Amino acid sequence: MYQVTINGKQHQVDVDGDTPLLWVIRDELDLTGTKFGCGISACGACTVLVDGVPERSCQIPIEDARDMSITTIEAVSGKVAQAVQDAWREKDVVQCGYCQSGQIVQAIGLLKENSAPTDSEIDAYMSGNACRCATYHRIRAAIHVAAQKLEG
Amino acid sequence: MTSTTSRRGFLKGSAAAGATLVIGFNLAGQLTVQAGETVVKSFNPFIKIRSDNTIIAVIKHFEMGQGTTTGLTTILAEELDADWDSMVPEFAPADRKRYANLFWGGAQGTGGSSAIANSFMQYRQAGAVARDMLVRAAAATWQVPAADITTLKGVLSHAGSGKSATYGQMVGAAAKLTPAEDVPLKKPEDFTLIGKDYLPRKDSNAKTDGSAIFAMDVKIPNMVYVVVARPPRFGGKVKSFDDSKARAVRGVVDVQKIPRGIAVYAKNTWAALKGRDALILTWDFSEAENRSTDEMLTQYRDAMKKTGNIALDKGDAAAASDSAEQKTSLEFVFPFLAHAPMEPQNCVIRYVEGKSAELWDGCQSPSMTQDVVAKILDLKIDDVKVNTVYAGGSFGRRVTGDADYGGEAAMAAKAIKGKYAVKLVWTREDDLKGGFYRPMHVEKLDLALNQDKVPTLWRHSVTGIPFFPIPADKLDGSAVEGLQNLPYDIANIKVDQHNIDSKVTTLWWRSVGHSHTAYSKEVGIDVMAEMAGADPLDFRLKLLKDHPREAAVLKLAAEKAGWGDKMAPGKGRGIAVHESFNSFVAQVVDVSKDKDGAIKVDRVVCVIDCGIVINPDVVRAQMEGGIGYGLGAVMRNKISFDNGEVEQNNFPDYLPLRMSDMPVVEVHIIPSGEKPTGVGEPGLPPLAPALSNAIFQVTGKRITALPMTDSGIDFA
Ligand code: FES
Ligand code: FES
Repeated sequence: MYQVTINGKQHQVDVDGDTPLLWVIRDELDLTGTKFGCGISACGACTVLVDGVPERSCQIPIEDARDMSITTIEAVSGKVAQAVQDAWREKDVVQCGYCQSGQIVQAIGLLKENSAPTDSEIDAYMSGNACRCATYHRIRAAIHVAAQKLEG
Repeated sequence: MTSTTSRRGFLKGSAAAGATLVIGFNLAGQLTVQAGETVVKSFNPFIKIRSDNTIIAVIKHFEMGQGTTTGLTTILAEELDADWDSMVPEFAPADRKRYANLFWGGAQGTGGSSAIANSFMQYRQAGAVARDMLVRAAAATWQVPAADITTLKGVLSHAGSGKSATYGQMVGAAAKLTPAEDVPLKKPEDFTLIGKDYLPRKDSNAKTDGSAIFAMDVKIPNMVYVVVARPPRFGGKVKSFDDSKARAVRGVVDVQKIPRGIAVYAKNTWAALKGRDALILTWDFSEAENRSTDEMLTQYRDAMKKTGNIALDKGDAAAASDSAEQKTSLEFVFPFLAHAPMEPQNCVIRYVEGKSAELWDGCQSPSMTQDVVAKILDLKIDDVKVNTVYAGGSFGRRVTGDADYGGEAAMAAKAIKGKYAVKLVWTREDDLKGGFYRPMHVEKLDLALNQDKVPTLWRHSVTGIPFFPIPADKLDGSAVEGLQNLPYDIANIKVDQHNIDSKVTTLWWRSVGHSHTAYSKEVGIDVMAEMAGADPLDFRLKLLKDHPREAAVLKLAAEKAGWGDKMAPGKGRGIAVHESFNSFVAQVVDVSKDKDGAIKVDRVVCVIDCGIVINPDVVRAQMEGGIGYGLGAVMRNKISFDNGEVEQNNFPDYLPLRMSDMPVVEVHIIPSGEKPTGVGEPGLPPLAPALSNAIFQVTGKRITALPMTDSGIDFA
């Protein structure tokens, strides 16, 4: 049994200790907004907030997650998250949408650290999040929109 | 977003008003009346209207991100005069009688950038017929002439009497009427939704809060997770396997041999993966593809020593070659490419032995999946139900003749006699190694100009692996798309094509044959312009006199990009134009070369003519997406073989385009009254050649072997 705190709730899960947090979130806790894209930290689809910081959930074994406070796309909240999700909708960023939970969680991390990122700062911070539909152009624009919302 | 708020507010409002009478429906259209719920009435296969004013748009195509859900909903809402916020899309069930792709001869499916093109009139009619029923119902209820009733945003009004009603209020009366055979459609100048820029995508909300359901997210009772160990070479077979260690993995519930390999069943995905790793397997490669890429290339080049199947033969190519003043020859190599949709292949199936099967799938061709699954499970086609959910990309990957992963899921369900429901999951490695690639192609081009620098010869030879077995002496039309109708006015043109027989499975990859032919064609024409000492734009325009739509997109792209402006040192600009899926796209690509010689793609200006535009912003998004998808591939993607084994494992070896690679993209749409044509694919073909032509400007190097990194190009 491993204990994990997700979206403010404690859960006990009966899996092997090496099970990545990603699969616990998806298969055991049925929070399917967090996606599997590569399993090796190469795509960012599985990004969650760990104590407020974006991390790849496919790289965190459940046995290491006991003391972490984890937030998934379903429960992101607050001014920054709201601004990001609103900006995403305003710009109609999504295409297939499969990468977008990860993109949004990563963008929340960016704007928490840097409230007015430049294009190259966005590129650097977001480059680990792949989007096969190539919505990058709009992600960049949406992050700027979100930054403006937060300023205003 | 305001639209969401208003819709929620609206629904809440009507709920508070308290709908008491409610009619349910079934797909046959019969009504069942119940008290205390909402009335839902099916007007035709595409429209259901509820008494709470929600209008359900039944979407016969799947949504892989291309925006079809929004597009088809727009068309219905337009003729129906519905309020956009009240429209709710719903995917159609597998039912080829009602929901066939009208371009696909009876099959139900999505592809070839045909969703809007084949549905445009059908969905308009569906909307107009339903609107007419509502109007007639109001006329009868109010005892006024139908012609005096107007409709706007889901409300029927009669000016003379001051009466009005929402569609929801009129649904019961309208439902009783017989649909009219022939209802006039709106004139394009009266469109209020089609072509307008302010409609938000219907899938935006669900895809930004994690609630959108993909097949990977489906969970049903008694479901186990299945991964399959497949032979690592195409045509390989399982020789022996020992599953004792796999079965000992905690969470693994079963291991079975299926025709595709060894299936491991477990209580969660991770346990299934660990179980698969613990299998001890030996393979039989006696009938497998055991060669490396270079050996395959030799086979291609040997085949090309002879003339292949003729795709186009105009004038006298041989004579033109003999009498030429200037000649050049080029050989292009295009690699195998994986589609690598963001959501790895997967599907959920519930099988009741001997009785029925139900699938949950981001299903690109429900009729094909039904056929294949019914055959594997020995069921009647109607006993196989397919629930289509959002697909995390496809780019062509999800339509295969053998229903690929859908078939595999059926095999896994069959092997355990339906004891558990099955979620079949592929990993990224399974995806990249799993075949159905854009085939490797070799193309040869012989070009000639006469003494007046007029192009006189276009001799083009194309060689690749067809998607389905085609005899060596039969032309594979897919391989030469874009060349059979070569628009350039050249007196002598000959195009031929060879089919290579291979165990490597191949498939349509976003823009299909155009993904390679546009490159050789548009780099080739640039080479000719250079030989003629002409400007690449002027040179093309001169040869496109009889092709006004190509010429128009080219001119506008050039104008918007500032073609002809002097470029700063280290900056290059390239142009290309291509018709695919009946749409015309021109692009101008700007690049810069840094002090280390690395290339950065700065900007792409894109102009498309796709006839009548339904949702301009969706068209722009598809151009951006096609450009990005094509760019990542041409820069650095390939699938290669070492003694029959795919060398790429996961994304680091098949690096997707990254945020930092993405140029600024500017899209312009040519206003048009022509019938709507494709947008999902046509944005891709011109990108690679325009980029190549731009890189030539700063490096003097013609790139003929792709990906570009294989030709020594570094990207910043
Ligand atoms: S699934 Fe974790 S980074 Fe790709
Ligand atoms: S929206 Fe499809 S992968 Fe990003």
